[in-house]
Parts: sequence; structure tokens; C-alpha cells
Amino acid sequence: MSETVTETPAPEAEDHSHDHPSDWAYIKIALVLGVLTGLETFTYFETVLDWGDFLIPSLLFMMVIKFWLVATWFMHLKFDNSIFSRMFVGGLVLAVGVYVIALATFEFWER
Amino acid sequence: MATATVDTALDTAHEDHGSSTGISNTKLAMWVFLGSECLLFGGLISTYLLYKTRRGPGPTNLAIPTDVFDIPFTSVSSFVLLMSSLTMVLALSALTRGDNAATRTWLLATATLGGVFIGGQVYEFTTFLREGVGFTSNPASSAFFTLTGFHGVHVSMGILMLMSLYVASVQGNLTPKNTETVEIVGLYWHFVDVVWIFIFTVIYLIPA
Repeated sequence: MSETVTETPAPEAEDHSHDHPSDWAYIKIALVLGVLTGLETFTYFETVLDWGDFLIPSLLFMMVIKFWLVATWFMHLKFDNSIFSRMFVGGLVLAVGVYVIALATFEFWER
Repeated sequence: MATATVDTALDTAHEDHGSSTGISNTKLAMWVFLGSECLLFGGLISTYLLYKTRRGPGPTNLAIPTDVFDIPFTSVSSFVLLMSSLTMVLALSALTRGDNAATRTWLLATATLGGVFIGGQVYEFTTFLREGVGFTSNPASSAFFTLTGFHGVHVSMGILMLMSLYVASVQGNLTPKNTETVEIVGLYWHFVDVVWIFIFTVIYLIPA
């Protein structure tokens, strides 16, 4: 008895691995990262400019922008399959969860 | 003939890293690993944030890391690590084009910048020790050295991976067919960079 094997083609993956940006685009991203690092360092010199209540929000904002630029452009999350982004964001969400639970345990419930 | 069949099968197995979803298993594994690394560093950063002002039960005049931070120096180290991410993507880009000489140059540049970062960290640790901030001085310093030490070990592992790629390239074993291998090492390297972006802001720049 002959058996007919029908090969099911693999689902079309979102293969964007060849959509990588040009070298010049990478250099521009690196320039932005360098400027942001310079600005972050500038906040340290309070005698030049007092950022007041804007200091921590500004630092966190610049950190998020740098993080996002490296993750999306250099790590190619912008161009790759979205499952990779989900893996990474899943880890980040769990990590933030760990911090929130630890903070709550030690800072609030301990008292 | 049987040997030839086995060889062909092995070649196919080595070339085909895809899964039924069409996604590379190796790349997916690296992303799962990086997701789990977020938890490791999340735990270490949380611990430092909780202990950063605790001088311990001993003499209260003992210094904690925030007393001895050298922000301009650390800023330069951060900039160096950021630029190593640029050289890493340029290495990948060069390999994709089939430009082996440029690939080697950028791989070596990335490893060198990583080495400069590690050198800076060793200098920073030495300075801290001279200022009386040791690993066991107080809970704040223990948490600080554990966190930044773990990060330093990750950077060092990355340098070893980069040097392996460099040697493979010199031996002619790194061709455009191996783009994914370089991309995966690159993912690890960029991850180490994003972790430092977080550490630099949250640990060094945000005042205690």
C-alpha cells in the first residue's frame, strides 16, 4: 500500500532579515545615542543648570529613548519577526514585576 | 555511499536552522535567553536600589558607592560601550556584503572597545577600594559590586565570543553564510549595552 505524504508548507514567516538599514543609518543612530549620553552627563553638573523636579523624569525619558533605539535598530527588533519582541518585552515586564514586588516587600510591608 | 548520504544530511542539518514557524531556532533561543537575562539583571538592580543607602551595622561613616562615583569617567565608559554597539552592527553589515576585511576590522574594534570598558571598570573598582568601598564594606557596596561585576563578566564573555568570530574569520570560516552566527553574538552584545544604559541612568545618574 502506497502512502502519499503531503508536505505541508511551513507558514510564511515574517522574514525581514534582509531589510537591514544602511551603515549611514546606523551611524546616525549612534550619533543620537552619543548626544543623549552627553545630555545625561550634563545633568550631573548642577552648577551649570539646575534641572529641579525635571531631573529624574528627563533622565528616565532619555534612558528609554536610548534603550528603544538600541533594541529596535541595532538589535533589529524593528525589522525582525514580532515574536522576538514579545520574548524580550516579556522578560522586561517580568523583571519590572520582580522589582515592584521586592520594593513593596522591603519598603512597605516591612514597616 | 552511505557516508555521502550522512554527510549530505549533516550539511543540510547545519544549514537549516529553521523551524515549522519559519523562524530560526537558534535566534529564537537567543531571544529566550535574553528574556531570562532581563530577570537576572532585574533582580540585581532591584537589590541595589533597595540597599543603595544602607551603610550597615558598622561605623556609620563608612562610604557607600554613591559617595565615590566619578560620573564624568563613567560617562566616557558608557559612551565607549555605546559606540561598540555601532561597530558590532557595522561588522554584521560588512559580513552581509561579503567584505571579510571590514568584518574583521569592525569585530576587532568592538572587542577593543569592550576591553576599554572593562579596563575602565577595573580602574573604577580599584579607586573604590582605595576610598574604602570594598565588596564586604556594607550592603550598598556588596549590591553594587555584584551588579556591576556581573555586567562586567557578561561584557568579558562577549569579548571572548567576538575574538572567536575574529579567529574564525582569519581562518576563512566566517562567510556570508554565517551571518546568523554574527547576528546572534551581536544580539548578546547589544543586550549587554542596553543593560548598561539602564545601569548608568538608574544607578549612577539618579541621585540617592
